[in-house]
Amino acid sequence: MPVIQYREAIRQALAEELTRDPNVVVLGEEVGQFHGAYKVTEGLLAKFGPKRIVDTPISEAGFIGMGIGASMLGVRPVIELMFWSFYSVAFDQILNNAANVRYMSGGQINCPIVIRGPANGGTNVGATHSHTPENVLANHPGIKVVVPATPYDAKGLLKSAIRDNDPVMFLENTMLYGDKGEVPEDDYLVPLGKADVKREGTDLTIVSYGRAVILSLAVANTLQQEHNKSVEVIDLRSIRPLDIETVLASVRKTHRVLVVEEQKPFCGVGAQLAYMIQSEVFDELDAPIARLSTIDSPSIYSPPVEVEQLPNVQRILKAALEALE
Amino acid sequence: MSKKSSAIAEDRSPFLTAKSGHAAAPVNASLSAAQKIDLYRLMVRIRRFEERSLRSYQAKKIGGFLHLYIGQEAVAVGCCSLMGKDNHVITAYRDHGHAIAVGMELNPLMAELYGKVTGCSKGKGGSMHFFDPSRNYWGGHGIVGGQVPLGVGLAYGLKYKGLKGACMTFMGDGAVNQGAVHESYNLAALWDLPVIFVIENNGYSMGTSQARSSAGDLARRAEAYGMSWGVCEGHDLYEVRAFMARYLEEARTNCKPAVVEIRTYRYRGHSVADPDNTYRAKSEIEEYRKTKDPIQVFQAILLAEKVLDAALVEKIDSEARAEADVSADFAEASPYPTADDLQKDVYWEADNPSERKSGGRLFFN
Repeated sequence: MPVIQYREAIRQALAEELTRDPNVVVLGEEVGQFHGAYKVTEGLLAKFGPKRIVDTPISEAGFIGMGIGASMLGVRPVIELMFWSFYSVAFDQILNNAANVRYMSGGQINCPIVIRGPANGGTNVGATHSHTPENVLANHPGIKVVVPATPYDAKGLLKSAIRDNDPVMFLENTMLYGDKGEVPEDDYLVPLGKADVKREGTDLTIVSYGRAVILSLAVANTLQQEHNKSVEVIDLRSIRPLDIETVLASVRKTHRVLVVEEQKPFCGVGAQLAYMIQSEVFDELDAPIARLSTIDSPSIYSPPVEVEQLPNVQRILKAALEALE
Repeated sequence: MSKKSSAIAEDRSPFLTAKSGHAAAPVNASLSAAQKIDLYRLMVRIRRFEERSLRSYQAKKIGGFLHLYIGQEAVAVGCCSLMGKDNHVITAYRDHGHAIAVGMELNPLMAELYGKVTGCSKGKGGSMHFFDPSRNYWGGHGIVGGQVPLGVGLAYGLKYKGLKGACMTFMGDGAVNQGAVHESYNLAALWDLPVIFVIENNGYSMGTSQARSSAGDLARRAEAYGMSWGVCEGHDLYEVRAFMARYLEEARTNCKPAVVEIRTYRYRGHSVADPDNTYRAKSEIEEYRKTKDPIQVFQAILLAEKVLDAALVEKIDSEARAEADVSADFAEASPYPTADDLQKDVYWEADNPSERKSGGRLFFN
């Protein structure tokens, strides 16, 4: 099986869906001539032409709103945000129009759009460029939220997202774009709302998503080798819809849970998970639900301190050992 | 001057002005008597619907906001009468007039105001969120200026799919200072999209007059984006039609967007719950009502044209009142949605479970 980068996996998904469905159109800043700010869309303009690969001005509210309007007529825009942080200037379009138009029209109008781009810290780009809004987005019924951690999942999930008839927010990660993994060349899908047990274990369940999954897997390896502890790592892959059943099944097996999220803790995804776990399998728990999040301040620029602010292997290892006590 | 406008000049009605040469514009001259009567009837139906909804609001049958269209009828009817089957309309929250003008029935509109399941949005949208995509009517949007990028998107979708038509994207004079509106202007002009931005200028963004909120001429801002623009008076249906027809044709056939300002006036407050005595004088309302009321103006024109007579005016009015009453009765008799309906019409997938591809929970109760 070919081994390709995460960014290439996303590009393959775009190319395959552009080929499959003439209603799919890719829009965003620098997606065409510039080949994408992170080279995700490299080569697509030459292959599909300017009608399908559209360079937009820096005008997120304008072109995201335009994409939503076009989707109401059956166009299927896949809109790139150079950083998910820039969603704030298009907040009204995403959360009032995309999320609500089906509801407010009594089900008469659909909004089959995908908005995709990176949402992460760790590259020293400061507070304005490091937002992780999956919790904010998922707080809005009508919206779906996907956070892929691996090249395989990124391709399969994006293809599912593009075929979905609801608006899907697809959160990538600049720190993962160069990661490599096995990705089939054929037309496979990873369904939304299906968590993946990335590593099986019996002593502790780590629930995570996005890049924190990769870090958690490294920690699980260390715990096995140096502490003889067997850790199960669950990659949620989708935040909404949420595959809580896979999480609960794991908790019934390990009886201990650590949530690891690259996310500010207050009202974060981990808070929702902890509520649901204690609500549904309280008697299975041998210890309080543990949680490791981004340290709760605006994202710091200072490079060595940003490493400390985010979940990292040292912080996750410490939290996991505490959870195992 | 045409014979028709000569006839108008001889009339003594205060609603007739000598400038009504717009009757001779091709788009108006080609109207049959029956079509003219239908346009008149539409305006009367809007007004009687709005008056009836106000009574229901005052009787606490309707919740939330109620932004009435009374005084502005010639704008929606004039513009929407040019839609044909290919053109599209989207507007803001003062949306009842457009909904009726595109042909929506009164019963589901009144039922929507009452929050009933028989409403056009099943009671989920309310006054500000009327939709009928089967009539190319895309709402009904509550956030000032927020619908304008969607209108650009509808135009983009038409062009992308190679479909005929243009999108008339309505907004109020209060919307023109929103960033999303300017972003929309730029995209429309940059990509030659078939959209007409229609500023319905009723003089006030809520309680703030145009002079206190907007620098410069509203539509003229189009010049900065290289778009054509124009201004017309919105109380004369013929003028609105003659004016809009040119821009619509240019958008439809040459993909040229434009910004137009139609000057109009609302008789009621921003919303009926708002005090209407802090920012304008009653005499201002009375002056407009006495000289420019759009229904009276068109009635006077059609009487002068001998298309209408007093008996027909009376018949149309009594029928419109009766129809509005029937819609209120229909709304009253209709059931509310239930709590079980709350989570329907949120996700396409949840409403089409046999075709659902995703797993997991969509709702969190």
